[in-house]
Amino acid sequence: MIVAASLVLIVLFSVGFHLFSPWWWTPIASNWGYIDTTLVITFWITGAVFVAVVLFMAWCVFRYRHKPGRVAHYEPESRKLEIWLIALTALGVAAMLAPGLVVWKRFITVPDDATEIEVVAQQWYWSYRLPGVDGRLGSSGTEWIDFDNPLGINPHDRFGADDVVIDSGDLHLPLGQPVRVNLRSVDVLHDFYVPEFRAKMDMVPGMVTYFWFTPTRTGEFEVLCAELCGVGHGVMRGYVSIDEPEDFDSWLGEQVTFAGLPAGGAVRVAETAEESDP
Amino acid sequence: MSIVLGFVALVAVVALTWLWKQGVADRPWLETGAVTRIPSPGGQPTGRAGLGIFLIVAGGLFALSGSAVSMRMGYADWFEMRLPGVIWIGLALLVLSSLALQAASFAARRGDARGLARWLGAGTVAMTGFLMAQGLAWVRLAESGQSLAATPGASFFYLISGLHVLHVLGGLAALARVGARQGRGPAEAATAIGLCAIYWHFLLIVWIAMLAILTGWAADAAALCRAILS
Amino acid sequence: MSSVSEDPDSGIPPAEVPDLPPPHAHGWWSRWVFSQDAKYIALQYSGTAIAIGMVALVLSWLIRMQLGFPGVFDFISAEAYYQFITMHGMIMVVYLLTAIFLGGFGNYLIPLMVGARDMVFPFVNMLSFWMYFAAVVVLVASFFAPGGPTGAGWTLYPPQAILSGTPGGTGWGIVLMLVSLILFIIGFTMGGLNYAVTVLQARTRGMTLMRMPLTVWGIFTATVMALLAFPALFVAAVMMLFDRLLGTSFFMPALVEMGQQLSYGGGSPIVFQHLFWFFGHPEVYIVALPAFGIVSDLIAVHARKNIFGYRMMVWAIVIIGALSFIVWAHHMYVSGMHPYFGFFFATTTLIIAVPTALKVYNWILTLWRGDIHLTLPMLFALGFIVTFLNGGLTGLFLGNVVVDVPLSDTMFVVAHFHMVMGVAPIMVIFGAIYHWFPLISGRMLSHRLGLIHFWVTFIGAYAIFFPMHYVGLVGVPRRYPDISASFVPDSVATLNAFISVAALTVGAAQILFLFNFAWSLRYGRKAEPNPWRAASLEWQTPEMPPRHGNWGKELPVVYRWAYEYSVPGASRDFIAQDDPGHPASWSHVP
Repeated sequence: MIVAASLVLIVLFSVGFHLFSPWWWTPIASNWGYIDTTLVITFWITGAVFVAVVLFMAWCVFRYRHKPGRVAHYEPESRKLEIWLIALTALGVAAMLAPGLVVWKRFITVPDDATEIEVVAQQWYWSYRLPGVDGRLGSSGTEWIDFDNPLGINPHDRFGADDVVIDSGDLHLPLGQPVRVNLRSVDVLHDFYVPEFRAKMDMVPGMVTYFWFTPTRTGEFEVLCAELCGVGHGVMRGYVSIDEPEDFDSWLGEQVTFAGLPAGGAVRVAETAEESDP
Repeated sequence: MSIVLGFVALVAVVALTWLWKQGVADRPWLETGAVTRIPSPGGQPTGRAGLGIFLIVAGGLFALSGSAVSMRMGYADWFEMRLPGVIWIGLALLVLSSLALQAASFAARRGDARGLARWLGAGTVAMTGFLMAQGLAWVRLAESGQSLAATPGASFFYLISGLHVLHVLGGLAALARVGARQGRGPAEAATAIGLCAIYWHFLLIVWIAMLAILTGWAADAAALCRAILS
Repeated sequence: MSSVSEDPDSGIPPAEVPDLPPPHAHGWWSRWVFSQDAKYIALQYSGTAIAIGMVALVLSWLIRMQLGFPGVFDFISAEAYYQFITMHGMIMVVYLLTAIFLGGFGNYLIPLMVGARDMVFPFVNMLSFWMYFAAVVVLVASFFAPGGPTGAGWTLYPPQAILSGTPGGTGWGIVLMLVSLILFIIGFTMGGLNYAVTVLQARTRGMTLMRMPLTVWGIFTATVMALLAFPALFVAAVMMLFDRLLGTSFFMPALVEMGQQLSYGGGSPIVFQHLFWFFGHPEVYIVALPAFGIVSDLIAVHARKNIFGYRMMVWAIVIIGALSFIVWAHHMYVSGMHPYFGFFFATTTLIIAVPTALKVYNWILTLWRGDIHLTLPMLFALGFIVTFLNGGLTGLFLGNVVVDVPLSDTMFVVAHFHMVMGVAPIMVIFGAIYHWFPLISGRMLSHRLGLIHFWVTFIGAYAIFFPMHYVGLVGVPRRYPDISASFVPDSVATLNAFISVAALTVGAAQILFLFNFAWSLRYGRKAEPNPWRAASLEWQTPEMPPRHGNWGKELPVVYRWAYEYSVPGASRDFIAQDDPGHPASWSHVP
């Protein structure tokens, strides 16, 4: 009796907690509402299963608890029932997997009109690089890193000359513009994580990874690292500001380019976009 | 990870077939009573099964190493190893050792005590020769600028050949134990020698497979097959 | 398939190897230290596992003290915090759960349940325990090494695991951890050889595979998986040791650490992740499958009803074991691996949910129309079903690749794996101990103390990990000693404090259990033979606790499957497996 009641209480507590607790995801600031939708579908299906199974369990524990004279029913198997249950479960699983895979396809397909930026992670701060007037990021590598060239931009690559360098500062992005976020690490694994954007990906030293998103509301959002990277992992923070396009442009104009840094002085700076065509 | 997945798939096919033959589709509640079929479940010899399981584990270990190599080979900075010639002498010695152990196994089954002792000795000498060839190979590699940390290929070569040598040493220790006990009579030793021979063949096959992967021959063969099939 | 004779003594083929007595102990050392009796080795494994598990439990209290009350405990620095979580995780998963299910329950129950006198290679079995013990000693040594133990996370990802920004990275910590794992794996291969070959070759006459209890199926399948999966961790550990000690670059790309160009180059951290998770995912099923098998038997015995759908349960165990080798990269969705792998692994991961769900249905269908005795083993089994269901369902969130993207590396993941790998299997371990304590000791554990232990543990553990999912949903990352951030409301801090209090309470209840165990060994109520009236073979030994050699003069002969409970027309509500009954009652497949 107590056991059955506790099982029912667990169901009520769990459902109640879900519905009435203040703890839910942060309001989204990107186009990835599809992820939230898939999450909600999953909650409905798994929630229904949890409630149904535990309540049935509670009923069984109550109805079939031992009483003098009770004899258990002898039924080794029921093929029909098991096949039904398998079919139903497969259906439920497919109902969650299908939308998930559709959204994943979108997640990995960067739209043609996306701009590119680069996030460079190291122990334990964030740096950023935006393409300059030429719209292209110059090549880079750890072999170029030194005190004057903290992001390791290739000083012999003219496309890098006008790259905007933000060494350990805050990133700004324009509202409504899809952006492909290239991710690079100089030392260990990190992960560029802004909860409001939903999208994130590890950065792996020795390769360039990516994700893409479109900011959908202005504001200042905190950046955290989401892949253990040493003792400073918990304090590797930064901020991303989503600005109106005009504000973004004026912010961009104030930033330093690679050519403006001591290491980049030797590279010829392109004055216009045409000049930088190969 | 395709190499180790292929290995696991192979093990799975063998296991699932065996399970099927053991009656995993039966309904046991419908079958009460004494079981009379042969072979009966109950009290089966353990040596072969134990060795078989161990070979699956060791095979998995080398399959994983092979997978790791082939994943690494996909990177732009991979280049072919220059293997010293003594490697091939070692391989020949390994083949001879396998043949000797197989002959020893036949001798034991025949009850030929002298032949057994002779072939066991030959097998041990050949295997020791293989170990010496491997040692020489390591020295030669280091001399040619391919020391352990120098190139990715060298790192894998030392790692995999090192694991292989450890397994060879274990095999020699087991063989020594079996050899010491064969004084009691060749018939008793027949099963044990047979198992050693199987292990020797396993060591040979693994080494050939690893060499094929490390020299890039396996990758070329796979590319050829893909080209033929598509 | 099998042909069943009507006359008990005609034509049953004899065993192919003679029934030899197992090795006998000759002195103090070979009796109490280097015993080759699987029952004793089982107790050695279990005792060591629980002892090191207590260390991990204390570490979990320290972790919760920091998370619930940040800033209060100054001695918990960031370095210390990372060392705590790493050692807690590694000990719990590998040195406690794997060791106790396979080395502890496997060693004790397999020979008894299949009708053997002992494991087939007793000397190797003894060695396997001492390798495990050596691995534990090396692991504990890392606590005392200069620089302390590794703080790289139980997943030990390179490059950070062997660099100076991580505790133990350039010191002894990571080296001792890797050496300990290598020793553990060698030892476990030796043990696994025993468990697998004993089930394959040493079953007593009449014990077909389909007459084995699900406990044996679970442990056997887990053993086979372990034999295939642990080599991956072995190779990864050796390669990482080479990188750390010999300067190779298996996993180390060219990198600049704190302004210094290091001499590594060309390696791939992602290859480590593939190798690690090729081991790591089967590992969680290596822990789960024995739990599945054991809980099936607990429910069947204490509901006096055969496990519903035995055949499907066997197939589900085997299929889950096989599928578990092709889902590993669901731990790597955001690792930067090729995105197309996401489609494949999300599909296989969600497919594996189907046989797992079937098992849950069958456990409940066993309860349905049963005769449910709410003994402690049954209570813990019920607790298992609830927590495993919860944990398994949240796995569906994480398995669905795109839903995993925001949730990965948050407290949602921590809540999921604790519920499904921590709470649920631990429920089974407790249930199993309450169930088999009379077999091992001849006495019963105290029911009253057990009730307190059960309710505090079950409700408490649920109260710890269920709300934790929502902390993760808010976006709070894992592996953060201090979880304050701009988007985290203050109420989360209150929730964390509540979770910590619940954790410490549950921790205290385990002390109650230890006391019950120790006290009952001496003063517990003496148990009658086969007190739970179970049908499986381990309860049918001539003496309880079973003596060396288990079966006395003659091995048992098995005539029926392991779940003859409440058979219509039978005189009692169970029929033992070695009970021939009346030949007229025998049946065979036409």
